[in-house]
Amino acid sequence: MSGKAKMKSHFGNFLKYRYLIKELVSKDIKLQYRNSVLGMFWTFLEPLLTMIVLSLVFNRLFGRDSSKVVNFPVYLLCGKLLHEFFTSSTKRAMRSIRSRASIIKKVYVPKYVYPLSAVLSKFVTFIISLSVLAVVILYFNIANINPITVTGNIVWALLPITVLFFFSLGVGMILATLNVFFKDIENIYDVFCLLLFYTTPIVYSIDRLGDPSTSAVARLIRFNPMYGFIDMFRGAVIHGAEFFTYFDMNLFYYCCGFTVVVLIVGFTMFYKNQDKFILHI
Amino acid sequence: MSKYAVEVDHVSMLFNMSSEKVDNIKEYFVRLVTRKLNFEEFWALRDVSFKIEKGDRLGVMGFNGAGKSTLLKVVAGVLKPTMGSVKIKGVIAPMLELGAGFDMNYTGKENIFLYGATMGYSRKFLEEKYDEIVEFSELGKFINTPMKNYSSGMKSRLGFAIATAVKPDILILDEVLSVGDAAFKEKSEQRIMELMDDGVTVLFVSHSTERVKKICNKAIILTKGQLVASGDAESICNIYTEMVNSR
Repeated sequence: MSGKAKMKSHFGNFLKYRYLIKELVSKDIKLQYRNSVLGMFWTFLEPLLTMIVLSLVFNRLFGRDSSKVVNFPVYLLCGKLLHEFFTSSTKRAMRSIRSRASIIKKVYVPKYVYPLSAVLSKFVTFIISLSVLAVVILYFNIANINPITVTGNIVWALLPITVLFFFSLGVGMILATLNVFFKDIENIYDVFCLLLFYTTPIVYSIDRLGDPSTSAVARLIRFNPMYGFIDMFRGAVIHGAEFFTYFDMNLFYYCCGFTVVVLIVGFTMFYKNQDKFILHI
Repeated sequence: MSKYAVEVDHVSMLFNMSSEKVDNIKEYFVRLVTRKLNFEEFWALRDVSFKIEKGDRLGVMGFNGAGKSTLLKVVAGVLKPTMGSVKIKGVIAPMLELGAGFDMNYTGKENIFLYGATMGYSRKFLEEKYDEIVEFSELGKFINTPMKNYSSGMKSRLGFAIATAVKPDILILDEVLSVGDAAFKEKSEQRIMELMDDGVTVLFVSHSTERVKKICNKAIILTKGQLVASGDAESICNIYTEMVNSR
């Protein structure tokens, strides 16, 4: 098959299986809370309760001495929501091939459909859960406790969210491939996610780590792309008024570059090995 | 346009038969270091070639382990052959094992759309076929019950109804004609006969010469992954009967 015809058949395949992607995403979302009393409400309640718990613990522990952190609960919630999306979507993508063993062995389905729909369904949940952020900000502004000035610059929040989606997809593809050959990845990754939570400035401010010119840890943390995504998101949501002075262009380029590399590695690994999946699951 | 619906060209399939499957890192490194990572090779198919004309019904016969199921999986596109190629013209409906794509927490109705989408059909198309599928599966009011409460007969009836509601060009049958009770069996056989009258191409795996004679007009025999005979169903069935008797 010529390159052009191959591209065309790939695209035709995608059109044909877009219904499957849609079905899988809506299934994930529908089944997530089926048979639970509060149902969809948990999408809001869960991050809200986590925010309260973490605020109580870490705000007392570290105090509110950082000038950058205007409102600790909102600061924390921004980081937690993005981190939660990344870990839950990549974990789901990681298991997506292995858990579909019975169907992959019987019917031809383009295999990327499974990690893609896993990340997509968590992305939809994430977008819905963003409304809890709106509610929390509204609460603090009405109660006039450390109010946050939300400006039109909040639309810039879409930028880190979009890039994060592709980043998660790339990581998810890598994990899904690895998990087919080495089941240990599931256990290792759980621990890794915990490590990621504490090495990303979510419950603390990066300023606490000291000046990056003197502190190696502060420099190292900046290499974590999750820091970039969360920092940009916070900039748009919390520091809307001074967004353009807050926004770090180099950090954005770094995150985009990292994402492109991860996507290329993920897709290459996945496509090179997908014919072998069936022999190992 | 080629007149062939399925072209299997010099297909070979190699499996690595590691006696114990290595799926964790520790084991992998232990074996890498002790050099025990060598796999035992097994050729499930060796240089198999045949063509099926449109509207032909091919019976695939052979003893257990002859490579029949592997061949069907290669034709269905589930397995990629180690060597050779397979060309398919038209929509292929696999019925290797009914109900593999069902989600047990989903209701029958939701599963119709999920299973249909897995086979590559659009929601609109499935909505058109929905009533027909429900009626054929005889599930009635149970269609809105979660599938975990279904009996195995109900599941395979629904699977059969979905797989045949669409009008495929090529139908792959792996002894699935035995679905449900006697009445449903008859109904499903009739459904398949109807599809055949419409000119659907069939690949049928069976041990029963009687069945093959009834359904197929052509047949092949596989032995240890190799194609040993091919021709019209009648004479191939006679050869197969001799093979069974001389065993």
